[in-house]
Amino acid sequence: MSLELQHPAVAPQRLSHQFEQIDQQNDSYIVGMWTFLVTEIMFFGALFVALTVYRSVYPDAFEQAHNALNVWLGLTNTFILLTSSFTAAMAVRSKMLGQRALTLVFLGFTILCAFGFLGVKYVEYSAEFREHHFPGPNFQWSQTVSSAPAQGDLAANSQVALGAPKVGVNEFPASYQPQQLELHKRELFFSLYFVMTGLHAFHVIIGICTLSTLWLLIYFKHPVVDDYMPVELAGLYWHFVDIVWIFLYPLVYLIGKQ
Amino acid sequence: MSSIPLNPGAIGTGGRTRARENYLNIKHTVSSWLLTADHKRIAVLYMISISVMFLFGGVAAAGIRIALVRPHDTFFSSETYNKLFSAHGIIMVFFFLVPSIPATLGNFLLPIMIGARDLAFPRLNLLSWYLYMFGAVLVMGAIMFGGIDTGWTFYEPYSSVYSNTNVVAVIVGVFIAGFSSIATGINFLVTVHKMRAPGLTWFRLPLFVWAMYATSIIIVLGTPVVAITLLMVVLERVFGVCVFNPACGGDPILFEHLFWFYSHPAVYIMILPSMGIISEVIACFARKRIFGYEFVAFSSMAIALLGFLVWGHHMFVTGESMYSGMVFSLITFLIAVPSAIKVFNWSATLYKGNVWLTSPLIFAIGFILLFTIGGLTGLFLASLAVDVHLNMTYFVVAHFHYVMVGGAIFGYMAGLHFWWPKITGRMYPEGWAMLSAFIMFIGFNLTFFPQFILGFDGMPRRYHFYPPEFQMWNILSSAGSSVLAVGMVIPGIYFLWSLKYGAFAPNNPWGAKGLEWTIQSPPPSHNFDTVPIVTEDAYAYEAIYAAELAGDYSHVEAPIPYLSTTDKQVSVESPASPNSSEERK
Amino acid sequence: MEEPNHNNHEAAGGHHHVTSIGTYAATYVALLVLLVLTFAVSRVDLGAFNIVVALGISAVKTALVVLIFMGVRHNSRLTWFWASIGFVWLILLFLTLGDYVTRQWVHLPLGW
Repeated sequence: MSLELQHPAVAPQRLSHQFEQIDQQNDSYIVGMWTFLVTEIMFFGALFVALTVYRSVYPDAFEQAHNALNVWLGLTNTFILLTSSFTAAMAVRSKMLGQRALTLVFLGFTILCAFGFLGVKYVEYSAEFREHHFPGPNFQWSQTVSSAPAQGDLAANSQVALGAPKVGVNEFPASYQPQQLELHKRELFFSLYFVMTGLHAFHVIIGICTLSTLWLLIYFKHPVVDDYMPVELAGLYWHFVDIVWIFLYPLVYLIGKQ
Repeated sequence: MSSIPLNPGAIGTGGRTRARENYLNIKHTVSSWLLTADHKRIAVLYMISISVMFLFGGVAAAGIRIALVRPHDTFFSSETYNKLFSAHGIIMVFFFLVPSIPATLGNFLLPIMIGARDLAFPRLNLLSWYLYMFGAVLVMGAIMFGGIDTGWTFYEPYSSVYSNTNVVAVIVGVFIAGFSSIATGINFLVTVHKMRAPGLTWFRLPLFVWAMYATSIIIVLGTPVVAITLLMVVLERVFGVCVFNPACGGDPILFEHLFWFYSHPAVYIMILPSMGIISEVIACFARKRIFGYEFVAFSSMAIALLGFLVWGHHMFVTGESMYSGMVFSLITFLIAVPSAIKVFNWSATLYKGNVWLTSPLIFAIGFILLFTIGGLTGLFLASLAVDVHLNMTYFVVAHFHYVMVGGAIFGYMAGLHFWWPKITGRMYPEGWAMLSAFIMFIGFNLTFFPQFILGFDGMPRRYHFYPPEFQMWNILSSAGSSVLAVGMVIPGIYFLWSLKYGAFAPNNPWGAKGLEWTIQSPPPSHNFDTVPIVTEDAYAYEAIYAAELAGDYSHVEAPIPYLSTTDKQVSVESPASPNSSEERK
Repeated sequence: MEEPNHNNHEAAGGHHHVTSIGTYAATYVALLVLLVLTFAVSRVDLGAFNIVVALGISAVKTALVVLIFMGVRHNSRLTWFWASIGFVWLILLFLTLGDYVTRQWVHLPLGW
């Protein structure tokens, strides 16, 4: 059971059998997408919690480690993503107004931006792999690390990190190897860096797949995309990917301490 | 009085003469089941899948109880024992309890209860089942071929650094199943918000719908956190990154924080739907409005909200700050309030109600009794000092089994018995159902009450060997578990039996309120011929009770030949005769 | 099935407001300005305020994207609700930090 709706401003839409009204259907899709995005927020949120916790515990190690990242490449990527977010919004607008050619242009540009983002990411990652910054057995840290063990690890109750008066334990067992632990703290930073940016890049790849599929469907005038809703939903997803990066860039690349 | 159409689906419809088409007989091909977008068929698919998983989990539980009959030299190696309790926990939690009521009864009933033709996203619903199946097959494969010994909690750093079992495969399976429940949650939320029938305001919603709504909120907000946490465990194992590993300065307690941020609310994912069912069942069989409808509804929401603020009580003795522990302890005590409100309101509904004792009600009363014990022992564990003694003992095991088995499974059984006639169109033998309810109740208490004593005396959980002085309680517990198993096998048999030999169910065998009882049993594919318009509260049982007193209302109806091929005349037996008002007084 | 309602043309159009190109462009420019600001401020050492400023700017940017690019400004109240609940719930997740902040308040002997 479907119903064709004609409206001067909005492209025709089909009503699925479970809905009564086109408004109800549109709102359901948008609310449904937002509910999904809520799950995505919680998904990335857990990683931000881990980052915050470890940075508060190991401020110096994280400060040093984050300096090894390339802020300029990060800045470029932020710019690319913001641009793609703008073009995605424009693509949705064109689709709503039924301007097919413009939709294809804006969608195509968004996809290009996404590929550009991944390209920059590739340059960053390869540099980090070359310098053995990928966590694991081959992780290396060439710069000197401070050997003072009191720089607040969990064993020392991390009072330095949190500025509280020293009431904890200052003695360490004989087996304690400050150099080794300092190395691992940097590894911890890079673990979080790779997990967060990697997961974000994975979302970008999903975005590319979705947007490219839509681009092809619109190009071949498939009836599924007569409705603007698929483009709108993909747009919401893409903006969300942008939002994650809006937080990720300053918190990982720019701010070392807190 | 007599003109009130109390049972509109069964009385005076033209359905008796023509062959009735319903969601079960509309098509018979395998692909019509596997590619269906009908929420009712997906619910049935889910019901079959979770029953199979329940069987697997039950077999693992039987293994545990067999091993614990003797203090030493038991039937399994300790390694196998570890794998058994891990398999039991993982299967039961992630593949039975979490999807049990939402994905089966919820899937089936939610759209019908709110007067919709389907869920908002029918294909997403089907995808959710496939994700569930994929995760289940992966996990079962990993358990069959090697197993996992981390326990269902996957605690770090054992799971990432030390365990030599199939952790990765199992976690990936759980991860995928998590997305299946997220899909269900999103679907339910949007459906409740957007698909309600005209006139069905929030405070006319059946309490089951409120419960499903609260459950879905927990699913949507909690599941992603555990998903990413478990994903990091996999990354630690596979790529050697270190996030929680203390060898590189990581904090395993952070893993526990993030894990329990979902997994404690997950307890409410399991128990809230049961509470919704109990509200329905008790109001129906007490023939009364539920006492304090708003309080019951809001207590579901309060549980959903507070449930997110108590996760730290799992870490009282594992290294969490004691100040943090104090706050979590306090909030944990607070969550007893909405739970108690529910228990009080159910009791108040039954009080001076016109109680019709049927098997769903017996299960429901069993739920109240067991949940009360489970909830109150939760307060012991919420107390910081007492928890130091009781944590990681069998007291905890008994406590959460009282909540999850005594609560969630008794609720599920109550709901299954209540709506079985609606789902399958057949009646089950009431006498057997009552018997199984009693056997389950006795078997359950025999199994788990001794574990309180064991735990209080200091027997740690998850231990394979134990001092001989604990043997008596362990034997009692193992004996009880076999009684419990019998109590669970009996319904399996008579439910299957009823599919072929059960009497045809009338549209409303219980004289219950609710939109699902106004349509035929089993429902047609599109649920409603016309969109229903709701004009009254959910539990307006006064009219039905008045009609019953006046003798106008009969649960015994003429059989409805809904199968086009079947012409046999089957006399419908009433499960129990509630009709004569003198008898009930 | 109910008779489909043909009288919701206006509702459909009104519900999905078409934002003007100018608004989108202005938002885009504002986002870029905020990006430059974020970067510039991070190069100045403000101590503990660096992270506060960075989070504040990110929040503003997010609000711009959510309200204008994602169109929540013109959506139903329900969308507002769901768009905000994720960010609100994150606060609960961040309560985890309470543990870490209070953990060293107590003097514990070595080996605990």
